[in-house]
Amino acid sequence: MTGFKTRADAALADPVLKLAVERTAGTAEAKRALAVEAFPDFERARDRAAAIKDHVITHLGHYLERFEANAIAAGAQVHWARTADEACRIVIGICKAAGARTVARSKSMLGEEIGLPHALAEAGIGRIETDLAEHIIQLADERPSHIIWPAMHKTREQVSALFRAKHRAPHEEESIAAMAESARRELRSRMLGADVGISGANFLIADTGAVCTVTNEGNAELSLVPPRVHVVTAGIEKIVPSMGHAIPLLRLLARSATGAALTQYTTFYTGPKRPGDRDGPEEMHIVLVDNGRTAMREEGLAEMLRCIRCGACMNHCVVFRQIGGHAYGGTYPGPMGAVLTPALDGLERSRDLPHACTLNGKCQEVCPVRIPLPTLLRGWRERSWREGLEPVSARWGVGLWASIARRPRLYRVVAALAAGSLRLLGNRGWIARLPLGGGWTRHRDMPRPEGRTFMAQYRKEKRR
Amino acid sequence: MSKSVPSRRVALFVTCLVDLMRPRIGFAAIRALEAAGCEVIVPEGQTCCGQPALNSGDRDHAAALARRTIEVLEGYDHIVIPSGSCAGTIRCHYPEILADDAHWLPRAQAVAERTWEIMAFLDEVCGWRPEAARCEGHATYHDSCSGLRELGVKAQPRRLLKAVEGLTLTPLAGEETCCGFGGTFCVKYPAISNAIVAEKAAAIAATGAGLLLAGDLGCLMNMAGKLHRDGSKVRAFHAIELIAGMGDGPAIGEDA
Repeated sequence: MTGFKTRADAALADPVLKLAVERTAGTAEAKRALAVEAFPDFERARDRAAAIKDHVITHLGHYLERFEANAIAAGAQVHWARTADEACRIVIGICKAAGARTVARSKSMLGEEIGLPHALAEAGIGRIETDLAEHIIQLADERPSHIIWPAMHKTREQVSALFRAKHRAPHEEESIAAMAESARRELRSRMLGADVGISGANFLIADTGAVCTVTNEGNAELSLVPPRVHVVTAGIEKIVPSMGHAIPLLRLLARSATGAALTQYTTFYTGPKRPGDRDGPEEMHIVLVDNGRTAMREEGLAEMLRCIRCGACMNHCVVFRQIGGHAYGGTYPGPMGAVLTPALDGLERSRDLPHACTLNGKCQEVCPVRIPLPTLLRGWRERSWREGLEPVSARWGVGLWASIARRPRLYRVVAALAAGSLRLLGNRGWIARLPLGGGWTRHRDMPRPEGRTFMAQYRKEKRR
Repeated sequence: MSKSVPSRRVALFVTCLVDLMRPRIGFAAIRALEAAGCEVIVPEGQTCCGQPALNSGDRDHAAALARRTIEVLEGYDHIVIPSGSCAGTIRCHYPEILADDAHWLPRAQAVAERTWEIMAFLDEVCGWRPEAARCEGHATYHDSCSGLRELGVKAQPRRLLKAVEGLTLTPLAGEETCCGFGGTFCVKYPAISNAIVAEKAAAIAATGAGLLLAGDLGCLMNMAGKLHRDGSKVRAFHAIELIAGMGDGPAIGEDA
């Protein structure tokens, strides 16, 4: 796999990507701002949401056990998976036991995290992505570039061309409605014929054993109710004590993600079909996935487990807005991805991510559950430094700077020398090319120092 | 506010960037603080607050620089800094860096509590307004991120600038959006930084203002450097220069 910088450079060179990201994230930013303004007391709602999540993360075992007991009481089967591989094995096992040839999948980032699409392909099980954006991604054989809009990196013009190339009966009229109709024709009959429906969960409700999904297309309902078996894969941090705790989080989730007051569909699934029910799956399986979450809690990343996956941090991130999601190289992009990916994929493979951030704090400002993302990113930088993963040049540079800055007399001499030599490089106030400073002067000029340092001038003035 | 003592003893921490690149900002700070009735002391031993080490993940060096900066800055009524990000480092991050050190934590907290970004200090603590500052011009203002989000610096510079005679201020679209500087970020990821600052430069140009103002020299150098490379005629100043009545001097990148 290519490195982060190579991917970022490729993204920066792609004007269509920039257009696509800007259209969606720009709209989301504007709509969220309106929704937040209209919300009676957004800051208090954020405090409460963070407190709810912190409470369950502290008492994770307690609430998971309650959830398990209540889900079983409702007729569901609960499975525990420590790792991504274990989770996939469990899901594939359920599919095989059900004799499944095809599964309908409702968009789930956890499914992406554990590599479920790949595992299904390896097991020879057909996969129908039912979320419109995931359908686009599947047609294009790509990976999601955003946690809310997986096909954010594509413009509608590109999607139109893709549908025309891949759909059996593509749209004739060039309109969004006609394109949606084309996808509906393509998907609906296949969805209804699926043997197993697989979803994630936005919330797990401990006191009822219910699983909550939110969608805007109704695809979760349509892909989870008709098949004989419904499989849920959910990260263990999705747990909340009760419905009363899910609601305040839902209110923040939709507003933070799209600026809507609520998603079009918010469904709570409690157990499989009961006697007397007109529809519903005969079996419901819930796979509770750890995949590093317990370790995150113990290793200083507990606050990251508050995340409700709204995507506001990436929509408002200056870096994400320039490079899009794929450049990050992990399942999760943007600021939350830069914290999660080192935990999931290893810091060595992803050490660029916590560094490719200006620490401007906007992500923390918009996070509905107040995750201190800049602090967590700094934490990864510290770990990277401790583990010796930082380039020698950076270690030397910072070390040298720090040892000079600790000695004021030496520092004055070095600063005076630096001011003098930088002035020699300049031409009428500006330096166009700076030795060792190409990172700066490749793209912008550097003002040359005014003259003598402040401390030198100040001392001279004081002596007068 | 109605203290009987003649003046506040204020330690000015000029920052390493101002010391090296643009001492005028330090002198403007002294002028404004004295006009506001402060006794200004420039502690001898000051160098760098350690932010580059902190943001690089080098916690040991960051802690070492924090300890010695605390030693230098202890004992004053207030510590005032013409930079939101350096003030943010001392006020928000020193107590974090030294959280496990029983000897240093109280000292870090004491210094942190007294540390101010200069414009917030002049406005909130001194309740001061420039009286004789004049600058004929049309300006726009960029909110530097650390000052804005760590210290709540937003209205204070605008209130002070409003009192500068002859100056008109046009809001900058995306004034709270990062300029792409990010300390070492801009040289570690130059292409991304450039894409960000290019948009910022375009937004500045779109205001039609002839002057760009902000409260952090790092961000100003980034934006001014991009504007100059683009051939723009926009002139950039630290806002305190205009507030101190020094807006008639050379802009960033202009020879005196």
